[in-house]
Amino acid sequence: MNEFKPQVVAFYCPNCASAAANVAEGMGEILPDNIKMIQVPCTGRIETLHLLRPFENGADGVYVAGCQEDSCQYVSGVVKAAKRVASVKKILEQLDMNPDRINLFNLSAGKGHRFVEVAYEMIGRLKEIGPSPVKVKP
Amino acid sequence: MIVAEPKPIKEVVDMVKDYNKVLIVGCKGCVTVCNVGGSKEVSILASTLKIASRKKGRDIEVGECTLERQCDPEYVKELENIIENYEAVISIACGVGPQFLSERYPSAMVFPGVNTKFMGGAIEHGEWSERCAGCGTCVVHYFGGLCPIARCSKSLLNGPCGGSNQGKCEISNDVDCIWDIIVRKMMTQGRLDQLLEFRPPKSWITSRDGGPRRLIREELVK
Amino acid sequence: MSEFKAESNLEKILKAGHFAFTGECGPPQGANVELLREKGSHLKGCVDAVNVTDNQTAVVRMSSWAASLILAREGLEPNFQMVCRDRNRLAIQSDILGVYSHGIRNMLCLSGDHQKFGNHPESKNVFDIDSIQLIHTVKTMRDEGKFLNGQEIDVPPKIFIGAASNPFAEPFEFRVYRLGKKIAAGADFIQTQCIYNMERFREFMKRVVDMGLHEKCYILAGVTPMKSVGMARYMAKQVPGMDVPDFLIKRLKGAEKGKVAAEGIKFAVEQIEEFKEMEGIAGVHLMAIEWEHRVPEIAERAGVLPRPQV
Repeated sequence: MNEFKPQVVAFYCPNCASAAANVAEGMGEILPDNIKMIQVPCTGRIETLHLLRPFENGADGVYVAGCQEDSCQYVSGVVKAAKRVASVKKILEQLDMNPDRINLFNLSAGKGHRFVEVAYEMIGRLKEIGPSPVKVKP
Repeated sequence: MIVAEPKPIKEVVDMVKDYNKVLIVGCKGCVTVCNVGGSKEVSILASTLKIASRKKGRDIEVGECTLERQCDPEYVKELENIIENYEAVISIACGVGPQFLSERYPSAMVFPGVNTKFMGGAIEHGEWSERCAGCGTCVVHYFGGLCPIARCSKSLLNGPCGGSNQGKCEISNDVDCIWDIIVRKMMTQGRLDQLLEFRPPKSWITSRDGGPRRLIREELVK
Repeated sequence: MSEFKAESNLEKILKAGHFAFTGECGPPQGANVELLREKGSHLKGCVDAVNVTDNQTAVVRMSSWAASLILAREGLEPNFQMVCRDRNRLAIQSDILGVYSHGIRNMLCLSGDHQKFGNHPESKNVFDIDSIQLIHTVKTMRDEGKFLNGQEIDVPPKIFIGAASNPFAEPFEFRVYRLGKKIAAGADFIQTQCIYNMERFREFMKRVVDMGLHEKCYILAGVTPMKSVGMARYMAKQVPGMDVPDFLIKRLKGAEKGKVAAEGIKFAVEQIEEFKEMEGIAGVHLMAIEWEHRVPEIAERAGVLPRPQV
């Protein structure tokens, strides 16, 4: 069996977090432990550099969980986040790395279970892609 | 301002592939304004180079530094005790930057991290457009305050040509026909007589065609 | 316009009041002299002068001056074309002296298509001077016997100066003024871009006549016969400043299968007949590109043969 446990960094905004908390409580679901969760006030606040650092440090994948484009509390935050994710995909491509290692998911507060779903989705994708080629010396 | 765009990452990674200690130098001038060479971009490029290096099983050391301007010896000299610690330097200022660094630090291996494009201004955030070709003898007042030398693909002074198509230049629908704009503006302003004046051949002596240029202001020189 | 400026055949024909008829011949994309001679041979005896294009659409071809000389040797009178895209004022003045010394007497001054269209898009472009400044340059060399820098020319070139006009390009209101500007700069004759919308062109010519421009300069109307419906559609959509009326496309569509080209020629002949009677028009410039072998037929049917001998 594949022993590879992808190390993932995930950024999310409070809008989705509240939903997650509810879902987790309600369904007894838990997030996988190989995902490092970082809450930000709005996904629009995430800089390109924040998205690159995890890869620099050997992360296998990164994802951003934000709101639907028309329901961002700060209007265009998640749209900005999408553009930055797109630019990091381009950087990864230029470095001959799979651009699918980074993704953005538009969630809605009403569908809390999706929050957990995308976590497993990312892990599934990364298992197929394989470990990051970036080797970090301890 | 001077507008530049980032060089493809592959190209930059390739430039410094043999070096283990690289310094990235940004500039708080024009390139910060057009989001290509400021301290943010220095960090992004540093992170990118580290990823590229670690991918190859190496661990490049990347220094980051952003000067007030790279086109002024006063600021370039601030790198005095820093630059010697690195094997290569990537300047992400406009084309002036790498050259000033090379002149001040002749033994440094200097590489350009951006492609300098033109003198222009912002149309909106994220979009810049060329306005000035630096011809050395400004004549925009003959053309309603607009410059056909920089903005006409053929630099016509007695335009438009027959290729003007619905306000766009024959070379692309993304390029406005500046002569269409000039003519409409001046005709609306009742300045047809100015448009009918024959504009004689331009002297290109003051432009780059006349040779590399220098400017000395006597009243300012010590 | 009392005495001859260059004494070219074209000038003499126009001066004598005959309806002029000029053609066009593009040089080959190689040193294919035989092909050039063959294309030119169809035009012999049918036209007063032949336009020889200069790296048309920024595609490298045998140079216009060389092709002009070859055609001249075949007994045709060339309209040597020069664009501003590829030469600076030194080369321009130098080439004018060169072609004149080889007997060329007509010259068409054009801007030139941008090199982005052509087969060497990475080249540097020149555009040291523009087409109107080029007209002025030739006139200065001819009438003042001086180079652009004011220096005297020992034997000045006597050239009949031509220019192009695109009546339907934008901004439309300015086109007749730009034509006036070219004439004021020294254009002796004008060839228009090919016309299809006769009604709109009549309006344009009314303004030209009102401004008296036809008295200062000979204006030749451009005609290009449509070979196919596809060609008509392409011209309508893809060529800037080209006005192809819907009725013409319908007319071509309505033609019998295999007879579309014939219908296109019929329309061209009708146009030429109308131009003969149009005020301000001194002749027709027929651009049957890569269709030179049909020129004798068109000329015959349009009633312009035989060409007058002056």
